[in-house]
Amino acid sequence: MPVLPLLGDEAIAQGALDAGLSGMYAYPGTPSTEIMEYIQRSPLAAQRNVHREWSSNEKTAVESALGMSYAGRRAMAAMKHVGLNVAADPFINSAITGVIGGMVVVSADDPSMHSSQNEQDSRFYGKFAMVPMFEPSTQQEAYDMARYAFGLSERVGLPVLLRMVTRLAHSRAAVKTVDTPGEENKMHLPSDPMRFVLLPVNARKRYKVLIGTQSHLVEEAEKSPFNKYIDGEDKSMGIIASGVAYNYLMENFPGQKVPYPVVKIGQYPLPVDMIRRLFDEVDKVLVLEEGYPFIEDQLTGLLTAGKVIGRYTGNVPRTGELDPTIVGEVLGLEPKKAFEVPADVVKGRPPQLCPGCGHIDVYMGLNKVMEKYGPGHVFSDIGCYTLGALPPYNAINTCVDMGASITMAKGAADAGVRPAVAVIGDSTFTHSGMTGLLDAVIENTPITVIISDNSLVAMTGGQESHAKDRLVEICKGLGVHPDHIRTIVPLPKSRDRIAQMIQEEIDYDGVSVIIASRPCVTHTISLKRKQRAKQQTNK
Amino acid sequence: MKTDIVLSGVGGQGILTIAAIISWAAVRNNMNVKQSEVHGMSQRGGSVYSHLRLSTEPISSDLIPYGGADLILSVEPMESLRYLPFLSKEGWLVTNIKPVKNIPDYPPEEDLIKAIEQLPHHVYLDADKLARDIQATKSANIIMLGAASPFLGLKYEDLEWAIEKQFKSKGQDIVDINKKALKLGFDEAKRLFPDMA
Repeated sequence: MPVLPLLGDEAIAQGALDAGLSGMYAYPGTPSTEIMEYIQRSPLAAQRNVHREWSSNEKTAVESALGMSYAGRRAMAAMKHVGLNVAADPFINSAITGVIGGMVVVSADDPSMHSSQNEQDSRFYGKFAMVPMFEPSTQQEAYDMARYAFGLSERVGLPVLLRMVTRLAHSRAAVKTVDTPGEENKMHLPSDPMRFVLLPVNARKRYKVLIGTQSHLVEEAEKSPFNKYIDGEDKSMGIIASGVAYNYLMENFPGQKVPYPVVKIGQYPLPVDMIRRLFDEVDKVLVLEEGYPFIEDQLTGLLTAGKVIGRYTGNVPRTGELDPTIVGEVLGLEPKKAFEVPADVVKGRPPQLCPGCGHIDVYMGLNKVMEKYGPGHVFSDIGCYTLGALPPYNAINTCVDMGASITMAKGAADAGVRPAVAVIGDSTFTHSGMTGLLDAVIENTPITVIISDNSLVAMTGGQESHAKDRLVEICKGLGVHPDHIRTIVPLPKSRDRIAQMIQEEIDYDGVSVIIASRPCVTHTISLKRKQRAKQQTNK
Repeated sequence: MKTDIVLSGVGGQGILTIAAIISWAAVRNNMNVKQSEVHGMSQRGGSVYSHLRLSTEPISSDLIPYGGADLILSVEPMESLRYLPFLSKEGWLVTNIKPVKNIPDYPPEEDLIKAIEQLPHHVYLDADKLARDIQATKSANIIMLGAASPFLGLKYEDLEWAIEKQFKSKGQDIVDINKKALKLGFDEAKRLFPDMA
């Protein structure tokens, strides 16, 4: 039984490979990126030629995974939590069609927003889609659940959601793996392909099938190896703890039993009988869960508050991630803190653009032009260049979701804002910017789009960009007038020329795109190294 | 037996390399290890930290509770102080004193040293200067690992073994210079703070 030191993300990847995975689909996003990266450098994946290229975005990833499942083979799609918003359409509808080959969707939440714009809880998507869901508390469980999830997915004919959180995704521990990886499924076409045709007449039938499966999913959860009732002496309180919150509970009772009865949750929908047993035995129930009050919400509803305490009731902080210190406080245990941060000498150190980064030259050029228009005219997007919102640049005014720079600039221009400038990265553009640019082209909306192109996905550590060397052709193809597709290499010496170019295009009453291309100073070498390693494992 | 360590620094200073070496050494002794890392946005020149837990017993949490760390090992002085609530009453703070001044309001260095000296158990040295002295400018992190080596609950030979494992693919020269850096950090810490162990 090989024991490997794996990040939580890597444990999922290894578990999927050992379950006979045939296709991995993903778009990079912290904290999920390492799942695909692990599969890309896995010798087993190379030997089996498992599909392992990045997708353009999370929606295309989930759809491709569904296509592989349609053909009878096991597929996984991985993304960060907000990526599941992008992929929500195929995800929700894949529960209606059902799956053939096992299909697992991994959504990695980022409580406390270490590297994200919100801390939404993916478990709501699992419930919304009415599919089974797993929430590991350890790296070992991440591995075991990934393997188990494919079998469950095929048994119940539904996609399965695996919910990760940052702390587990990016923490490394020893994981016991199986000696022999499972075989891949053979490709075969579905025997009842009409179920994938979601015309209302079919969809109504399929929806009833989905509803009919629900009680079975609860039974699966009742007998799941990942849900446990652990008895305790002190019945004044019972605790329901899920995912990493369970670890933080245990950390507060080192080498001893938790005095209260505990229900550990790792598989959803919630095991109703197990929870009812706890509820009947104790005076009150404390819910410890990472993220939103998801379990608590289902226990209390609107009217039955009183016996259940958690994030809603304020007994546990309503926002931010948990940790062993917070859980200790919730349990009323003695705090152990011995030293305070000397606030007078410890200053904030926010992330910043790397020295020599091309985004800096773009912003310096842009700021020269925008000075005379005042703030409020620059719409931006998700990536390293979002750091242009901070001093010393203060160059951008929005960052909402992937691709929103172009479409928000368009809407603002529709409202009369002149000039309306969008700043977007190359990979964000091919993720979700192209369709918005088409909207602007159709109406010839006066916006100036700057694609700050570093030829890879930088913020997540350097992955291939689908935009590489294709941006001019894409913009032409979408119908931007060739005279208003401008290219430049952003360097300190070209800042004046960038400014001049931006001014010329702002003065043009229509859609312009300025493509400022220079490879990322930090990740270009490491990406080349990764690509070489991949070629070598492929030999 | 357990050792809980908070590693800290600025993105790009190599704290994950230190974490990997300590982890290898612990695994060699059949200890359980959990090592939480920071990826993503803060790696761009921001504050970074890692919680590294070694124990002969099973480890529950990936994060160390406040007041639980036996050691804060930092490659930057201001960052060493950021995580003080994690340090146990008896814990040690071992830090590089060479600042990374990439913010406009960086505090005066003497104020940082004063704050460090207020702690009952501390070791500080200029690892960047020592690294330059042995023409190993990239090994300041390993010098700090050497300075902290008495507080890890691991044998020095196991750290040397782990350095060999970590750097083997980069060639014997790199292995040797890092072993030298480890020794230099260990000796220099002993020289400056003779009461330390």
